[in-house]
Amino acid sequence: MHWTKKDLLGLEYLSKEEIELILETAASFKEVSRRSIKKVPALRGQTVVNLFYEPSTRTRVSFEVAAKRLSADVINISAQESSVRKGETLIDTGRNIQALKADIIVIRHSASGAANILARNVEISVINAGDGWHEHPTQALLDIFTLKEKFGHIQGLKVSIVGDIAHSRVARSNIWGLNKLGASVTVCAPKMLIPPGIEEMAVKVTYDIEEALKDADAVNVLRMQFERDEQKAFPSQIDYFKHFGITQERLEKAKKDIIVMHPGPINRGVEISSEVADSLNSVILEQVTNGIAVRMAVLYLVSQTKERKDEDTD
Amino acid sequence: MKILIKGGLVIDPANNLNEIMDIFIEGGRICRVAKNINHQADEVINAAGKMVIPGIIDMHVHLREPGREDKETVASGTKAGLKGGVTSILAMPNTQPVMDKPASIKLLKEIIQKTSQSHVFICGAITRERMGKELTKISTLKKLGVVAISDDGASVDAARLMLAALKEAKRNKMVVISHCEDKSLSGNGVMNLGAISTRLGLRGISRESEYKRVGRDIALAKKANASIHIAHVSCQESVELIAEAKKRKVKVTAETCPHYFTFTEEALLDYNTNFKINPPLRGKEDLEAIKNALKDGTLDVIASDHAPHTESEKDVEFEKAEFGTIGLETLFAASATALVHSGLMDWPDLIKKFTLNPARILGLDKGTLSVGSDADIAIIEPCKEWVLKKEDIISRSKNCAFVGTKFKGWVEYTICAGNIAYYAK
Repeated sequence: MHWTKKDLLGLEYLSKEEIELILETAASFKEVSRRSIKKVPALRGQTVVNLFYEPSTRTRVSFEVAAKRLSADVINISAQESSVRKGETLIDTGRNIQALKADIIVIRHSASGAANILARNVEISVINAGDGWHEHPTQALLDIFTLKEKFGHIQGLKVSIVGDIAHSRVARSNIWGLNKLGASVTVCAPKMLIPPGIEEMAVKVTYDIEEALKDADAVNVLRMQFERDEQKAFPSQIDYFKHFGITQERLEKAKKDIIVMHPGPINRGVEISSEVADSLNSVILEQVTNGIAVRMAVLYLVSQTKERKDEDTD
Repeated sequence: MKILIKGGLVIDPANNLNEIMDIFIEGGRICRVAKNINHQADEVINAAGKMVIPGIIDMHVHLREPGREDKETVASGTKAGLKGGVTSILAMPNTQPVMDKPASIKLLKEIIQKTSQSHVFICGAITRERMGKELTKISTLKKLGVVAISDDGASVDAARLMLAALKEAKRNKMVVISHCEDKSLSGNGVMNLGAISTRLGLRGISRESEYKRVGRDIALAKKANASIHIAHVSCQESVELIAEAKKRKVKVTAETCPHYFTFTEEALLDYNTNFKINPPLRGKEDLEAIKNALKDGTLDVIASDHAPHTESEKDVEFEKAEFGTIGLETLFAASATALVHSGLMDWPDLIKKFTLNPARILGLDKGTLSVGSDADIAIIEPCKEWVLKKEDIISRSKNCAFVGTKFKGWVEYTICAGNIAYYAK
């Protein structure tokens, strides 16, 4: 099969085969980062614009490294310093970037659906680097890529996602992707952080961390964003760690080779103990490395649809 | 001007009329309704195969003038209404300035007199600036011609103030139209709270935020023995509360809008901001409950809640977009499609919800084809199918949830005050 989508907006919108294609492509790109000259010419002459409305270092840097290893030119725009502050709308900003003859926009935005809205208003490719609480597809893809490297397959795996599910785009993208590839997903959080109707996304819900860890092959630990607690509804950090923190003691009751993932940045002693973060079960730094390969794959695949379109019209 | 409408199926629920008749109009009034009229006329309309109904009364419209003429004006809104068979509009008071004092009412009356293409009635505000702090001078507003009061767009949070408003409205023989929303529950939600809002990562608006306020306002109306009209009912629990109150003889009436019986929250799956409406589109059970409540009479009125917004207010991130859809041009067609052609209701039942019922609730001498009444008439092609295209919208704003929707039922002529005010060429 080949890739046909202009954009990558979320894993909800991808088929199993499309996700597998990204993972296969990422596997072949991973090798590039091990070379002494870490560069291939796949996107030479193409311009990638990182349009970031939310502060983000790790995702932006990861996309930037990925694009540069593909030989693309990279422009970073952060909303704080752009014309957005002067009142330009998202759609106008997108059309201006298109008029600059950029090829791909990588967008991070605090509003759910921002990438969808941008994508249907520009002809160039849009990659969602996280929109509100909605989706963060490349994060989930790198999580799944990492799982696949460890286990060789996704089908049949039991993955638990622990933390603020209600406000997590990482959780939603992982749920879509893992379910499509045949894993079973459990979410675990204090009740107030489980959003209504989440069961309809085909996940099991538990409020008991030990139950979530019991048979899990992997646990994906979400960052607790205490700074975003609008309604002051979260438990205290200390209470949270006591009841939901991933500690060595809790892992000892889980499967011996359970994989511990975290999208970063980690808060040691808040959602995960230092000991666990640095343990052999932890793949947190491998995730960062795999993020480059996955983002190279995504950038490459969406750029191919443009080339095919150009050929078609010639 | 003398107009003779020949051979149409005349449906006038106020007179229990549902048969083929001719109608003769002269001097802006209906002069005769009978079989085989052969008077000389300036214009003879052959209505064979068509329905002839009283001009529609849309009792929930945001005309935006004065203040937001970029979204809609009295002229553009009334013209859009005529295209939809609407000859009478109740203009909501959330304009700039708010319709809360004599100067504002006089200003709007002047605009209406100069520019309106159909009949426009004014809904005054319940509280000053619609801030929910202090009642307006309801008797003064009444004297200036206001026919109802509402803080639409906002709910009166203080129960004591709402009770006082109901008592004062009763003394002035007016209905209070209640926008039922407990803001402490709906917060900054942007769509129905549930599995779909979870999936989309959008903040939800719970059903409770609506129906708890419906329950409160029914209780207050009962205590005041006053008439209350619940605006834009969207959920099953509200319907149940209204049905139960009607059984207890509380003077409650209620309306819904075509979007609530045409779409569910699933319409939002692509973040199309034209479906961002307050109260929000709900679930399938709610849609069914609304339809059944229209059939059994729990819901008395269908109104559009026509809420025009500019492209720049809608073509933005979902959470930033304004709430509302326009609906004047599609009110009849959407209702006919979902309620009559689906087999749920018959034509007289439906037409009552647009004509007789709103006229009674507002105390208007409108909504019938009785001899001597104003010649406000719509002539309908009941089975004509059409699809709404954005470029065909004549309202100044184009934010319409129904763009692309296939309808069955088409307004061919609208006669307003005895003149042919609209004809679909």
